[in-house]
Amino acid sequence: MSAPPDPRVHLDREHCLKLLRTMMLIRRFEERCAELYGEQKIRGFLHLYIGEEANAVGVMQALTPEDAIVATYREHGHALARGLPATEVMAEMYGKATGSSRGRGGSMHIFDATRRFYGGNAIVGGGLPLAVGLALADKLREKTPVTCCFFGEGAAAEGEFHESLNLAALWKLPVLFVCENNRYAMGTALERSESEPDFCRHAASYRIPAEAVDGMDVVAVEFAARRAAQAIRDGAGPQFLENRTYRFRAHSMFDAELYRDKAEVEAWKQRCPIKRFRSWLIETGVVHDNDVAALERDVEAEVEAAVAFAEQASWEPEADLTRDVLTTLTPGGRR
Amino acid sequence: MTGSRRITYRDAVREALQEALRRDPRVFLMGEDVGRYGGSYGCSKGLLAEFGEARIRDTPLSESAFTGAGIGAALGGMRPIVEIMTVNFSLLALDQIVNSAATLRHMSGGQFSVPLVIRMATGAGRQLAAQHSHSLENWYAHVPGIKVVAPATVADARGMLWTALEDPDPVIIFEHAMLYNEEGDVPGGDSLTVPIDGAAIRRDGTDVSLITYGGSLKKVLAAADELAKEGISGEVIDLRSLRPLDERTILNSVEKTHRAVIVDEGWRSGSLAGEISARIMEGAFFALDWPVERVCSAEVPIPYARHLEIAATPQVPGIVSAVRRAMRR
Ligand SMILES: Cc1ncc(C[n+]2csc(CCOP(=O)(O)OP(=O)(O)O)c2C)c(N)n1
Repeated sequence: MSAPPDPRVHLDREHCLKLLRTMMLIRRFEERCAELYGEQKIRGFLHLYIGEEANAVGVMQALTPEDAIVATYREHGHALARGLPATEVMAEMYGKATGSSRGRGGSMHIFDATRRFYGGNAIVGGGLPLAVGLALADKLREKTPVTCCFFGEGAAAEGEFHESLNLAALWKLPVLFVCENNRYAMGTALERSESEPDFCRHAASYRIPAEAVDGMDVVAVEFAARRAAQAIRDGAGPQFLENRTYRFRAHSMFDAELYRDKAEVEAWKQRCPIKRFRSWLIETGVVHDNDVAALERDVEAEVEAAVAFAEQASWEPEADLTRDVLTTLTPGGRR
Repeated sequence: MTGSRRITYRDAVREALQEALRRDPRVFLMGEDVGRYGGSYGCSKGLLAEFGEARIRDTPLSESAFTGAGIGAALGGMRPIVEIMTVNFSLLALDQIVNSAATLRHMSGGQFSVPLVIRMATGAGRQLAAQHSHSLENWYAHVPGIKVVAPATVADARGMLWTALEDPDPVIIFEHAMLYNEEGDVPGGDSLTVPIDGAAIRRDGTDVSLITYGGSLKKVLAAADELAKEGISGEVIDLRSLRPLDERTILNSVEKTHRAVIVDEGWRSGSLAGEISARIMEGAFFALDWPVERVCSAEVPIPYARHLEIAATPQVPGIVSAVRRAMRR
């Protein structure tokens, strides 16, 4: 078992390059997905994470390979930050057999058992009870992992949010709740969906320690996540982060964005987590322009390799349609 | 048709909503993103501007609460239209619908009724994968105390809403998501409302009864066209109402054709197709020349990949071969 990550953030050059590279990889991956959607290579619903990269990347630094992750339909970034190969994630977007879910899930349902990545849930709020259960299993089996549950602020209006927070707190379960508050649930602005838009107060009402974080600042997110994860590992029970962030693109590819004005979007774009971190690194001399250029080439190559992989991958044979609806039991065996 | 107009299914739904809101001040629309966003399928675009926030109510993501609130408002004298974005999310409101809307009238000894209309999109076909492609109409059609309709044509989408609103009991309207862009005719004049209690014969025929509803109607009509080229005359029945079922129309047709093929996007096990098949067996057994055939979705959560989604759901070739089987061709 790997050692729990150091609760402190070490901003050495190597770590900074890793944070920057992962955010850039997600950004490029998402931009490419949007193009491929236009070419109809990717179909169905496609929800991009552009603008929100600092959240998945920052939080993931606080997690070990033993920890579990539950995400939503806006999860490409979480999957990549968790270390799923871009090739497999892209093949999933294409619906190919070599995709992370054999092409059955698509953009909204990325899973990876080896990395304890439990999806990819497209029912708003649906992941929270699962996270509680994963944490319950760990607690009952006297294991120490943290279950990290990402969800949008829209989910906080669902009963499942409240029921899950209550259970997690009541049973002192090792869940890290990460509310990615991007201010809109589809076309519904936060102020129009919450009588109490301060999510830390919701958490506090269940006696869960909570912190609001600048979700456009990867270091701030990493710092808060390390502190919260450490508290969970120390036995303090569930912790809650409200990451204040923004999606730069439409909710999905079908959204005409009639509900917010361009000026607001532009203002948030000024706070782009990648630009901000990059300029800070350059100003402080931690990285140089040529490092950034090298990262750009590197990320571009990785995404193009993923596209090439997805293009040449094969489709699952139609004969396998009903495979895995239930477990195929081997004679005499029951798992 | 004199003065008939060609519009999309989406526009038909919007016009019907608009008409209802204009005609009856007790009517209001509530659901996720019905206002500012204009409805996730665009069915309520422009309504917020005309009717204001009090009557076009954007709700938070709280299916159970706002559906239950719709039931309460109906009890309280209003005529709410609750839009649940899709049947997939209606599962979060199932308790309110099944345990309250459907029971209150009977359970209160007839003291209360729930004049509520719930609209929701249903069905597969857009590569939205397992959690966004359900066809659970039969779950609702199973429950006494509610009525369930599935407008398959533009005219029905335009005309059923008002009838549903006039009904003193809860009515659920299923709009198949693949229909919103379809175009069709609505009659001119004022009489756009249509009854919601009977099936319609969409194509006359003599050799086989093709029974379907909602999003599958188009596929069945296409299959009937193909079969006609082979000299097989299919009679196409659009159920329109899934609860109650118009048993008479089904049985009359089967008594004439002696063969039935049921096309239903729901999973075969426990499907509406199973119920219809049983009714035919009970009511027209001796008229049958061949066992009732069913074309349903494969027993699998609907996959994302296009070819697998097609393989999982009823398609024209599958309907055609079921009919050929029934005709022993
Ligand atoms: C239970 C449920 N209701 C409605 C939807 C449709 N829907 C999908 S995403 C979404 C908005 C969710 O917003 P939020 O939770 O803030 O996450 P974001 O998309 O902003 O990341 C809605 C209404 C759904 N998927 N599940």
